[in-house]
Amino acid sequence: MSEESKKQTTSVDELYEEVSEWHINTGGIKIVAKRLAGRFRTLKWLGMSIWSVLFLGPYLRWNDSQAILFDLPNRQFNIFDITIYPQDIWMLSLTLLFFAILLAAVTSIAGRVFCGYFCFQTVWTDIFTWLEGKLEGNTPQKAMKFNNAAWTVNKVSRKAFKHTLWLSIGLLTGISFVAWFTDAFNLWNNLFSLQVSVTAAVIIAAFTFGTYTFAGFMREQVCFWLCPYARLQGVMYDQDTILPSYDAERGEPRGRIKKGQDNSAKGSCVDCNVCVAVCPTGIDIRKGQQDGCITCGMCIDACDSIMDKVKQPRGLIRYASYKELHHNAKAIPLYKRFRVIIYALILLGAMSGIIYGFMNLSPTEFKVVHERQPLFVRLSDGSVQNKYTIKLLNKTKETLEIRFDIKGLDGATLHGLKLMTVEPGKVVPVTALVRVSEDKLKEGVTSLIFTGEVLSDSNITLKYKSMFMAPK
Amino acid sequence: MADKKSNPAQVEDTGHVWDGIRELNNPCPRWWLNSLWLSGIMVIVYFILYPSLPLVNDSTKGLLGWTQIKEYKEDLAKVEAIRAPSETRLAAMSVEEILADAEMLNYAIGSSKVLYGDNCAACHGTGGAPAEGAGYPNLTDDDWLFGGSLNDIQMSIANGRAGTMMAHKDLLTEAEVDQLVKFVVDSANGTANEAGLALFNAKGCFACHGADAKGIKAMGSANLTDKIWRFSGDEEQIRHTILHGVNDASDPKTRIAVMPQWSEKLAIMLQVRADAIADDEDPNDIDWSDELEGDEAERLTETDIKKLTVYVHQFGGGQ
Ligand code: SF4
Ligand code: SF4
Repeated sequence: MSEESKKQTTSVDELYEEVSEWHINTGGIKIVAKRLAGRFRTLKWLGMSIWSVLFLGPYLRWNDSQAILFDLPNRQFNIFDITIYPQDIWMLSLTLLFFAILLAAVTSIAGRVFCGYFCFQTVWTDIFTWLEGKLEGNTPQKAMKFNNAAWTVNKVSRKAFKHTLWLSIGLLTGISFVAWFTDAFNLWNNLFSLQVSVTAAVIIAAFTFGTYTFAGFMREQVCFWLCPYARLQGVMYDQDTILPSYDAERGEPRGRIKKGQDNSAKGSCVDCNVCVAVCPTGIDIRKGQQDGCITCGMCIDACDSIMDKVKQPRGLIRYASYKELHHNAKAIPLYKRFRVIIYALILLGAMSGIIYGFMNLSPTEFKVVHERQPLFVRLSDGSVQNKYTIKLLNKTKETLEIRFDIKGLDGATLHGLKLMTVEPGKVVPVTALVRVSEDKLKEGVTSLIFTGEVLSDSNITLKYKSMFMAPK
Repeated sequence: MADKKSNPAQVEDTGHVWDGIRELNNPCPRWWLNSLWLSGIMVIVYFILYPSLPLVNDSTKGLLGWTQIKEYKEDLAKVEAIRAPSETRLAAMSVEEILADAEMLNYAIGSSKVLYGDNCAACHGTGGAPAEGAGYPNLTDDDWLFGGSLNDIQMSIANGRAGTMMAHKDLLTEAEVDQLVKFVVDSANGTANEAGLALFNAKGCFACHGADAKGIKAMGSANLTDKIWRFSGDEEQIRHTILHGVNDASDPKTRIAVMPQWSEKLAIMLQVRADAIADDEDPNDIDWSDELEGDEAERLTETDIKKLTVYVHQFGGGQ
């Protein structure tokens, strides 16, 4: 090796030197986070409790059937008294848009609120680690001791119990999920009599396995390396976003306070490492904002409790914006933040759309399709005939009887279809023929309106603008 | 927590250095190696379970006995099982009954689309209207040579049709032809005169087209008084039809107009049944072994023809 390349090698090694200081969490070390009570811990329990809806919701009854049922085989969503058909699916798109933008809006205001307090990944992981802590020790030291100990009956039974619990939660999660898509009580019946459909069985199995591995083993690794939302965080933040942050100006230089020493040169951080010990993703918030932080606020609770003990004001670690920490600037009010305004407008638009949709759910879906081949037919008396397929979807719960008519075209007569009945939830295509005599024909294309009168319900009006084609 | 793996000072290298960058000899991640082994095992399992190794004429069969064609046939059987109840019902129904039953009508129309596309659309066009000038009958209008009722249509499909018209090139003078062409055009417009009609009768045209020139259903002759043309309303084309006829074997320029027979068996059955009804006999008493030889040609089954009959009937012109 030449002198020069040796020198280069050294310099590259020096570059690497710094890399070795970075801690990249690839799951090599299992994180056993300490649990402390506090404001944010309570908030997290609150957020988590919302998930009970997933487990209990399907058993809600309404008018003798499941209150909320996403009935895929019958292509309809039943939500209390409302039935939503595929034709109204644009409302689902708006709902998705609403929540996607809500996520972005919340993220730009207060960071990963979703991750910290609500995401199924962190919620289920929290439950799983809580159980694990109860059974195997809730500090890293206790857990290590338990795991390094010899395989006694006690250890084996504790381990077995843990995995059974985990799998049961996974199973229950899967069953609860499926229960939204099929009658919940029936599902349990079928489960006990082993008659559950293959689809349901596969989904339940996938959920059980997924929950077990994701919450039991992968945990924060999902947030680090798998979750797409986590990858997008950066672009949703700005300098006004408030995030759990360490106030370095106040905290540094950190150091333990020792009795009988001059501690005046030291910052507020007593270097107790409790903030690291409680972090579910195992990061040190004092190193600054980083991608591993799910903004759960556990470190805030932890630090506050320490500050109380050393009789210093709370908030060494607190929700603060970059501007506040680095420029001592006040946060801009929400209504002056461009992003927030834009997000709010989109949210408003989507919400109005959804409300409009619900208020105007049409009881029917009426379509008239003009035959394309042939566009028109000349009849023996010289008149011209057009053929249409009428499709009427009955979204009400009653059978509808409809009388059809046409208007808007002079001299046109309707043939082959007058009265028709449609059962609830059904769509029956029927053929209609319209004739116009030769002397009444003026243009190649004229508009023609199909109307329908519902005999049992005069509130429903059916109207469809179609056209009549004739040779030029 | 300095990771040993990412600290170059603690990792051996392969001895390769490019532009001063050493290649470290870190082992592959275990999960990665495991998946590599797993995929290898998967391949072997696959080879055992599925047809895989090509042999000279064949290939290994695999333990599961799976083949693509088998899967296809199974799926086909599934579809047929779903259709079976409707097919059985349909087989027992008459064409009139099908037309009256909204559900079966829908089924018949739905399943006829393919049948029609495969067998009929080449001449009659998708949707029943042939390309203009192609010379095939339009099935969507209300003018029928052999009748537009369900039974007529069914018979036309089952037995096929071929109208005939003699070539008149040696029977008429040029002036007569001119006059007849004019008569035919005028008839369609409702302005035919006495002289034309006299010639029409004198030359024997009435024998086929009827005394009122409205055509005779039993012969399949064209109605000359309506606005629909079997071939074309163009004067030159009308002249051609008069001169060379339709399906006249003696004239090489004759118009060919033949609807093939789709089921000899059904044609015979329909005829026998119709005769029985005409004779006031119960069609259920017919002894089919007397009537059918058993070797009648059947290009389409009876059910298929029923479906097509309803399908054609609902094109818009059915009577
Ligand atoms: S990073 Fe992804 S998986 Fe993790 S908490 Fe946030 S949203 Fe959930
Ligand atoms: S650094 Fe604090 S807020 Fe972020 S994940 Fe860890 S404990 Fe939660």
